[in-house]
Amino acid sequence: MHRTGALYGQFETLEQQKETASLGMWIFLVTEVMFFGGIMLAYTINRHTSFHAFAMGSNTLSLPLGGFNTVVLLASSFTMAMAVWSSQTGKKRLIPIFLTLTILLGFVFFGVKYVEYAQKFHNHLIPGKNFDIRYCVNNPSKCEDIQPDDLAKERAEIAEAFEADPDLNAHAQLYYSAYFGMTGLHALHMVIGAGLLFWLLRNSMRGMYTPEWNTPVDLVGLYWHFVDIVWIYLFPLLYLIDRHK
Amino acid sequence: MSEHEHSEHIVSPGTYVAIILSLLALTGLTVAAAYVNLSDYVPFKQANIFVALLIATVKATLVVLFFMHVKYSPKRTKLVIMAGIFWLLILLFMTLSDYASRIDYRGVRFPMSQHVTREAFPRS
Repeated sequence: MHRTGALYGQFETLEQQKETASLGMWIFLVTEVMFFGGIMLAYTINRHTSFHAFAMGSNTLSLPLGGFNTVVLLASSFTMAMAVWSSQTGKKRLIPIFLTLTILLGFVFFGVKYVEYAQKFHNHLIPGKNFDIRYCVNNPSKCEDIQPDDLAKERAEIAEAFEADPDLNAHAQLYYSAYFGMTGLHALHMVIGAGLLFWLLRNSMRGMYTPEWNTPVDLVGLYWHFVDIVWIYLFPLLYLIDRHK
Repeated sequence: MSEHEHSEHIVSPGTYVAIILSLLALTGLTVAAAYVNLSDYVPFKQANIFVALLIATVKATLVVLFFMHVKYSPKRTKLVIMAGIFWLLILLFMTLSDYASRIDYRGVRFPMSQHVTREAFPRS
């Protein structure tokens, strides 16, 4: 392709070149909005039909871990924005530093997610044959995350929820399917994002990104922020359904 | 290429710091709001989820406008985003209005009776 400096032949100006790339990225992100929108719609309908089970399931999640991950992800969005800023202002040495910080925060997120998922496996909260929403209240010695002081309260809560919905155990699996489906797809997007960040890191250490041409940094930034937005919605939808009791 | 004017708007780090601090504050606010039964204060049963989604939308808007610098993007990009949100609203509104007005084959109105599904899950 004919290319003059940073400008490819089919464009008039660098500005037009950049706006074209960012418009294309946005069209892709809109398809992602529809993708996650459909999943959240399915979540909404199930939550409406089985509210007790969704509230119960939500209360078994760890709010400190979920809240911490929200902060980590917001911070990683900030460092990503700073990486884009460094490339726009020609601070070539800062780009890899901010990209590394973003990757590290992404991996902290994965680490916390691993702890959360492992806890669910441990507590028999994986949809399927051995799913048991009462496992922890019936076997408190086998669940590390349940406090002896809260046990009576949790027992009463679960009994009350079973009173309202005799099929709580079946419906709670709907909640956990939504939980693993939504957070799993979000994590998959983050894995792809982390791969893209490593690629940016390699190229930025070779000094490829300048104020004239930093399109990849900008577009991966848009993608990373989008993944952050998905989590901004997932956090209240999954962790904060029914905390006020 | 120096002969081309480079007129893209660069958001300053100060703005980014202000945005991240607002996002963190709003995260704290949404957690605090979840611990209060808001429908005790307003005659609206779904007050909690309404407030939670409102805060999430404010946060998402801040991210889109500043981190994704849409505030300084051309109108064309804004149009694509608005079209996307509009399409999402069609998806949500039409599907939910179908569910809200439908009576299913058992003659049960949405939300369906939770007891009917027992035969579908005999093990539970």
